[in-house]
Amino acid sequence: MTRAATHSAVKPEFDPRAVKRDFPIFARNPGLVFLDSAASAQKPNVVIDEVSEFYRNDYANIHRGVYQLSARASERHERARATVARFLNAADESEIVFVRGATEAINLVAYSWGLNFLKPGDEVLVTELEHHANIVPWQLIRERTGLRLVAAPIDASGGLDLAEFEKRISKRTKLVAVTQLANATGALVPVDSIVRLARKAGAKVLIDGCQAAPRMPVNVRAMDCDFYVFSGHKIYGPTGIGVLYAKRDILEAMPPFQGGGDMIENVTFEKTTFRHPPARFEAGTPDISGAIGLARALDYVETIGRDAIFAHEERLTGYGVDQLSRLPGVKLVGAGQRRLGILSVDVAGVHPHDLATILDGHHVAVRAGHHCAQPLMDKLGLAGTTRASLGIYNDESDIDALTAALKAAQKMFG
Amino acid sequence: MTAMDARELYQDIILDHGRHPRNLRALPGANHVAHGHNPLCGDRVTVYVALDGDIIKDLSFEGRGCAISTASASLMTEVLKGKTVAAAEELFKGFHAEVTGHQPHPARGLEDEMERLAPLAGVKDYPTRVKCATLAWHAFEAALKTGAGATVKTE
Repeated sequence: MTRAATHSAVKPEFDPRAVKRDFPIFARNPGLVFLDSAASAQKPNVVIDEVSEFYRNDYANIHRGVYQLSARASERHERARATVARFLNAADESEIVFVRGATEAINLVAYSWGLNFLKPGDEVLVTELEHHANIVPWQLIRERTGLRLVAAPIDASGGLDLAEFEKRISKRTKLVAVTQLANATGALVPVDSIVRLARKAGAKVLIDGCQAAPRMPVNVRAMDCDFYVFSGHKIYGPTGIGVLYAKRDILEAMPPFQGGGDMIENVTFEKTTFRHPPARFEAGTPDISGAIGLARALDYVETIGRDAIFAHEERLTGYGVDQLSRLPGVKLVGAGQRRLGILSVDVAGVHPHDLATILDGHHVAVRAGHHCAQPLMDKLGLAGTTRASLGIYNDESDIDALTAALKAAQKMFG
Repeated sequence: MTAMDARELYQDIILDHGRHPRNLRALPGANHVAHGHNPLCGDRVTVYVALDGDIIKDLSFEGRGCAISTASASLMTEVLKGKTVAAAEELFKGFHAEVTGHQPHPARGLEDEMERLAPLAGVKDYPTRVKCATLAWHAFEAALKTGAGATVKTE
């Protein structure tokens, strides 16, 4: 299921124009050309309705009340966990920890696993493609653990240089933490090869799946990663909910991240014992409706078909690359051998923020700036880029609107 | 917003100063210098002021950013040259009120200068871009206050 080659054999391709009708934002904002799904995706009616329906019919706090309503809410929350486990092909529901988002997931791993298992001189290997959320948490625990943060470089084409990556992995490497799909450029990272190299060195592997999970099939058992993180809001789900997947034995060995209600077995002022995962990592009342909304979003994505979505994103990315490559003065920022779902451009003589404002004037919503990937921008020698990112509701007409607006901006600044 | 509105923001004078900024250079005789940094977009500007008593004898800037921030810095250097510190502060108050859309601040006796800064007034309709227009001014103010080497951030 994780292989790109299977996509053509499975579901028929879907019609993004039909999918678009599932998203009310487009009816309320006619003419909107939304090309910023990498920042946050729009929400389909089924997700919006699921959240409000839950509040209307079944809402109560979970895992506490003995009354039926609370039992119903708890049941729906745990069913959401089962949906996520199935979505990732995790071995067990207990391997799914609900968090606020990928950022919190990585911080949880850093503060719980990192602080307890990393010793002075141990290395955490990341890449130059990382989002700040996969850099800063490791820096924050660096002082307290004595870890060394090592960044594997990109090659001249903007993709991860696998040979250089291999050179930096050694017995000192205790964790490899990499993005599966670079948020700033759309570079697809060969995570299967990375996991193989990490296994040889005896290192654990964390995959940041924020951009990949909405765009391609993900199978954590086939991938054999130790940690996988993603955010709900980028996969057509609500904000404030995200997922940490971790192998059960690793979660069992990890101490709590935050203390509070719902994560304890027994509390006295002398000693507190903690529940087993995932409850151990879910202190306090969680985002119950968020988890339920996320599960609905994942169901929705699976109904469309994850192979079909992958094929759609690849096809539209290809169309975008073709169209943008034809524009003089527009340089697609390199994404290595394979780019998916994200088109980052540098336009000669037009600052990204000016460009984004002009594009907005043409109802084209894009992101401008460093995309929370300043080390990558420094490496590329750019202050920032203008980034168009694709979702299941985009089609060729959105790319055409983008190129038309780019031409208008070039004319204005020409 | 429409494409027409964007054209109102990017008036010819803005595009011209963005492309060909005036006083874009270091100032060897400067006795007040400050850096401005907008962490959101990475834009950086250094403002140099040569102050002779109460008079801004000369000023200049270095660094490039978006058209709005570059044009604003360029226009600022033109407008403030030869002014007293008190007049410069009045102009900053007037300009700040204009681009943020706050209560207008009448910079009395400086109507011509305010007129020259007017092309930037369209920024008030773009809340995310106001900081682009004020970056150089904040750096200028920091330079006056602190002498050499201050850094001011707009966030």
